Amino acid sequence: MTPVKLYPTKSEKVYFFGTCLVDMFYPEAGLDGIRLLEREGIEVLFPEDQTCCGQPAYTSGYQSEARAVAAAQLGLFPEPWPIIVPSGSCGGMMRTHYPQLFAGTDQEALAGEVASRVYELTEYLVHVCHLQLDDRGQAEAVAMHTSCSARREMGLAETGPALLARLGQVKLVEQERAAECCGFGGTFAVRHPEVSAAMVEDKAQAIEATGASHFVSSDCGCLMNINGRFEHQKKAIQGEHIASYLWRRTS
Amino acid sequence: MSARDNILKRLRERTDGPLTAPDSDFAVVTGRGWSAQERLERFERWISSVHGEVIHTSRDNWTADLAKLLQAKGARRLALGREHPVAAEARAALAEGEVTLIDADRDVEEWQQEQFASTDAGLTSTRGGIAETGSLWLWPTPDEPRLISLVPPIHIAVLDADTLEDTFFDVIEAHGWAGGMPTNALLISGPSKTADIEQTLAYGVHGPRELIVLIRHAEEHP
Amino acid sequence: MSVETYTPRAFHRQAHDALGNPQIRSNFRRAMDGLMTKRRDVFSDWDLETLRELGANIRLRALARLPDLLEQLEANCVANGIRVHWAEDGEEACRIIREVCESHGAKSVIKGKSMVSEEMHLNAHLEAAGIEALESDLGEYLVQLNEQTPSHIIMPAIHLNTDEISDIMHEKTGTDRTRDVDYMTAAARAQLRERFMNADVGVSGVNFAVAETGTLCLVENEGNGRMTTTVPPVHIAVTGIEKVVEHLRDVPPLYALLTRSATGQHVTTYFNMISGPRKAGEHDGPREVHLVLVDSGRSRIYQDDELLDTLRCIRCGACMNHCPVYTRVGGHSYGTTYPGPIGSILMPHMLGLEETKDLPTASSLCGACGEVCPVKIPIPDLLVRLRREAVGEGRGNVPGAGVKRTKKEVAAWKSWQWLATHPAVWRTSLLMAGKLRALTPSKLGPWTQYRTAPKLAKRSLHALVKTHRRERGDEP
Repeated sequence: MTPVKLYPTKSEKVYFFGTCLVDMFYPEAGLDGIRLLEREGIEVLFPEDQTCCGQPAYTSGYQSEARAVAAAQLGLFPEPWPIIVPSGSCGGMMRTHYPQLFAGTDQEALAGEVASRVYELTEYLVHVCHLQLDDRGQAEAVAMHTSCSARREMGLAETGPALLARLGQVKLVEQERAAECCGFGGTFAVRHPEVSAAMVEDKAQAIEATGASHFVSSDCGCLMNINGRFEHQKKAIQGEHIASYLWRRTS
Repeated sequence: MSARDNILKRLRERTDGPLTAPDSDFAVVTGRGWSAQERLERFERWISSVHGEVIHTSRDNWTADLAKLLQAKGARRLALGREHPVAAEARAALAEGEVTLIDADRDVEEWQQEQFASTDAGLTSTRGGIAETGSLWLWPTPDEPRLISLVPPIHIAVLDADTLEDTFFDVIEAHGWAGGMPTNALLISGPSKTADIEQTLAYGVHGPRELIVLIRHAEEHP
Repeated sequence: MSVETYTPRAFHRQAHDALGNPQIRSNFRRAMDGLMTKRRDVFSDWDLETLRELGANIRLRALARLPDLLEQLEANCVANGIRVHWAEDGEEACRIIREVCESHGAKSVIKGKSMVSEEMHLNAHLEAAGIEALESDLGEYLVQLNEQTPSHIIMPAIHLNTDEISDIMHEKTGTDRTRDVDYMTAAARAQLRERFMNADVGVSGVNFAVAETGTLCLVENEGNGRMTTTVPPVHIAVTGIEKVVEHLRDVPPLYALLTRSATGQHVTTYFNMISGPRKAGEHDGPREVHLVLVDSGRSRIYQDDELLDTLRCIRCGACMNHCPVYTRVGGHSYGTTYPGPIGSILMPHMLGLEETKDLPTASSLCGACGEVCPVKIPIPDLLVRLRREAVGEGRGNVPGAGVKRTKKEVAAWKSWQWLATHPAVWRTSLLMAGKLRALTPSKLGPWTQYRTAPKLAKRSLHALVKTHRRERGDEP
């Protein structure tokens, strides 16, 4: 279990680490995350030299490549501002694995310091911003898939649903086996495509069975996977990043 | 060098150096603080939940309940010890009845076929019970050997209500088990069971199909 | 008897076959769903985290003192009249057991459930020496009748449903075809009772071996374990060297964790503690008890601070019950004695990474295994560690380290590294990619067999942020 984290008070500035998947495939989600933070009166700094947290190489076993890429990110956050990541997976990488990755190197202290400032976006919105939302959308039911990294590595099973609960017109419906993995797992989906496919098929069916026309996730890997499955089957149901959903309904 | 020496040498000359052994805090498995009544309720609830049957009886009258039970179960051949007061009292009470008493205090080789094929029930005393899990604890003796609680289709166990304790940990500590273990110590929590056929529970797969606990109370149980 | 063989090398093919078998799929899904629910319910009124902490702590303490505890265990067992043997590997352990059997002229061995005996292929070894080895745990018995190996470490026959079992029993033992589980159970009871009475030797595993008292603990529901260790004149217990615990009082927390994690039971029917053979004056129990301590790569795992956690395992199977991969492909697909997450972090040490290279990657790293592990083994971290070892970026402490390293893959990761450490190039690439997105291949190998390919955004987040800042007047 993730130890109870003591949250700071809201910072006047934060860093935003967009993640490579958002950068390439879901940039709007990143921008919407930035907008949500700015609306809370926070100045959002986006270090231009950011690329990738290093996780793909890390989970594939390519430790030195992962470390090189992670090292390139460590210097991007010189001021003591919190680092907000719109992904449980990349957030988990930075918070949990950076200290391990740099253990015994001369960047160990820096990695630990950076890790201690990492917050997943919904986590920061709930626990630090105490975000209030004014829902302007139509009444609807929505399903949520919380990524395994957010749920287990970062201990954030509740923050996404907590934000959705603040949307007055939205009813969160829970799919069967909500805590089960969607089968993405980064390179897992490529190395074991058939197993991954069986997993995403079950996840897509479970989401569809809720009757919701929409689902949200706080991780773009899961979104890419589940959306890709729905699209492949020509289903109307589509998912979006929770940041986009929140912004869309409250702006 | 022998396998033993090789293995121990590798463990002792560990690449990453010696390990530090942490201390353990056992608070989570002890200190329940249940009253006698709570202990009894928990014991009964748990052992019933796993198909164990409980009959409340008294120190003075329990053999009458035993006789009734044997009749109700149609048990005509009962294996039991001789010296333990439970066995002695049962023998005295059943001497005149229709139930055949089979001596358990003899080498199993003398009566294995009889024990496996034509013994309806085994009667044993127990050393105590565990409220938290609904378990009986037994230390089989020459008088009441290991197999009479296992081989016959029915196991009747006699438990004195005041020997119930809270947890397994409490039993081990309070009775100083670490100071000297018997050849065999047993916890029994219900009859033999399996779920190996598609998770469907079935009883009596190898051991008894039925476990009946006669709980003896010092006074008449209300 | 020929046993259906699965190998870890054929993981992909075996998984493919299992995924395409609706019976296997539904058998596992239903069983795993039930087990997860039962576990959750049985822990609902416990301070589970504190208990897991204690469990991990007890196992770590035992490992920290392992050589001393093994010697203490040996000394106390010997004092209790138990004969202790040590084996470097499965082959040596098999030989020791066979020789004990032969010294008694044994023709027939009855077995209680023992995964270590599966690990060393004891049955085949004994059969080759003309000694019959019969499994007595109902699930193991059924699997053996069906000429298979277990598909789960706690519930060996979980891949079979009632109808399949009925057919197996009918064909192999002549029982009626039925869906009546009580009938089948009673039939197996009758068949096996004969065998217990006539067996020359009983072979069992060990759940916990207590150093301070020289006691072997066995956890079970059926009573076959008690039969195996009490009825035949000779009992041989076989166990991995890591199963030792220091004190008797270490046992209750581990037992509480084991039964609840494994099957969601608050307790098992029997907890059987054996501290010696039949003593003078006692009337039953074996005349001889042997304990075989098997290394089989465990002392190698022991060398490494990170890998050491693997040895905390108490073999409850919760990691497989909660694994979304295991649930889909079943136990046989892994082709190893221990399937699922624990198998994927243990078997590479026993068989080498060459044989098992597909196992550490057969996980989405969802973390469910680590979350439920009663002794808090960081299974996902260990899977990643073995992936590192497989591509030659670990410490080389696993046999076959580096076997997966290919020039092609290294080059791919090096290019990725170069790109991700040159931010200006990264941004330009995204810019170009956005412009060329129409050219993104719609077929991305395996991904697009089941999903549409993700579309690169027209403009990257980097680009959007630039515009956003301009609009807000943050930037010129």
